[in-house]
Amino acid sequence: MAEIETEALIIGAGPAGLFAAFELGMVGVRSHVIDILPRAGGQCMELYPDKPIFDIPAHPRITGRELTERLVEQCAPFDPVFHLNEAAQTLERAGEGFIVSTASGKRFSAKVVVVAAGGGAIVPKRPPLKRLEEFEGKSVFYAVREKAPFAGRRVVVAGGGDSALDWAIELAPIAERLTLLHRREEFRAAPASVEKMRRMVEAGEMDFRLGQIAGLEGADGRLRAVRARHAGEAFDIPADMLLLFFGLAGRLGPLEKWGYEVKGGRIVVDTASFETSLPGVFAIGDVCLYPGKLKLILSGFHEAALMAQKAVRYVHPDRHHTFTHSTSSEIIAEKLRLGED
Amino acid sequence: MVKIIFVDPEGKRHEVEAEEGMTLMEAAVKNMVPGIEADCGGACACATCHVYVDPSWKEKMAELFERSEAEEDMLDFAFDVRENSRLSCQIKVTADMDGLVLEVPEQQG
Ligand SMILES: Cc1cc2nc3c(=O)[nH]c(=O)nc-3n(C[C@H](O)[C@H](O)[C@H](O)COP(=O)(O)OP(=O)(O)OC[C@H]3O[C@@H](n4cnc5c(N)ncnc54)[C@H](O)[C@@H]3O)c2cc1C
Ligand code: FES
Repeated sequence: MAEIETEALIIGAGPAGLFAAFELGMVGVRSHVIDILPRAGGQCMELYPDKPIFDIPAHPRITGRELTERLVEQCAPFDPVFHLNEAAQTLERAGEGFIVSTASGKRFSAKVVVVAAGGGAIVPKRPPLKRLEEFEGKSVFYAVREKAPFAGRRVVVAGGGDSALDWAIELAPIAERLTLLHRREEFRAAPASVEKMRRMVEAGEMDFRLGQIAGLEGADGRLRAVRARHAGEAFDIPADMLLLFFGLAGRLGPLEKWGYEVKGGRIVVDTASFETSLPGVFAIGDVCLYPGKLKLILSGFHEAALMAQKAVRYVHPDRHHTFTHSTSSEIIAEKLRLGED
Repeated sequence: MVKIIFVDPEGKRHEVEAEEGMTLMEAAVKNMVPGIEADCGGACACATCHVYVDPSWKEKMAELFERSEAEEDMLDFAFDVRENSRLSCQIKVTADMDGLVLEVPEQQG
């Protein structure tokens, strides 16, 4: 497939990525923006579109949705090109610039790359168990797509929330034997589900074991037993399938292996330019890490401005760079056609 | 300043200076202690700031081991929860915590 060429490629269309498109536009850099999600806005749109935010300067209150709409409007004069439903996967160096490929196979060629991936993609939490990868997708799962593969099998469901209880209740009738494994007698799941589960346990339709997952037994991706521990005692639960429900976490996934320095799942940057340890690759917003970093929208804006000042030097190395305020910027005057109306 | 020691999963000690009133999670994040991810920023909504409190502090400061109901619920989303498990965003630093040792579990997500 032909490469899509751009001066800057921004990964993530949350507030930091959107404002980066504006700031890059201000210094004369064209950008393309990609996001896994079908719409722009990041956490503000996904997690709290209707909640008012109170700490955006000059907006005493603005909802996540309004903020997103205004940011999109603000960067629009610079014509950033959005590619939604695209997950960035790999980064390669190519001459002076980079090639980024997405999960769907699109390839972008860019002079600079700006990672604004926030908390990353939202994925299920994985327990720190030895040999877990061997079993994942074969006999260890984090969600149920189809019930059929669980029919007639010995199934262990681990967790105490709604997903764990709902699936335990749903799968117990078709499984050969279903065991719910949870660390305590109390459950955070809805009381009605807890009551239903207890009735099923009493009726012998499922087992409940107190304990925490400690290991996996089996070979070639086929589970034989789930090892658990409770109050210092280890025991095995014979099992063919294991379902784990420990909530979700944001994970950078492939972006963690792009070659720059990463600490605790976040990208280490230099605070003068928000450049990573790979020259020409920048990181801004929640995804970046430096001493004193605050995960605030406002911080992402500041980071975007400094990033743009350095990024333009890679994109237009021969140009003379002078800092201009937006009030006196010729670029913005031309883009917004000031004075024409 | 209150000295707090985080021991990461590799056994490396990270001595950090915490301010009274901040949370232990904030002290860890400010100093980039590996393994304290704090995805939810301290809202007791992610369990990625899980730590084990040095059991030898039990006599000195029993309250270091007392978990709220919300915290207990959230710990259902952590792995290898022990008697001395806490969510570090739920503990405010006080002067008498000077020298406290916290162990960071193997993997938070
Ligand atoms: C409930 C809640 C309330 C909050 N309240 C406030 C507040 O009052 N004030 C404040 O300042 N902050 C608040 N925040 C924090 C604020 O939302 C974040 O700091 C902000 O959204 C970070 O912006 P970002 O652009 O860095 O990342 P995000 O908003 O997380 O956006 C990152 C984007 O990158 C995309 N992405 C990730 N990986 C890839 C990939 N591989 N390929 C393509 N796209 C990718 C994601 O899909 C996402 O759209 C709140 C957060 C929450 C959860
Ligand atoms: S930071 Fe999320 S629970 Fe402590």
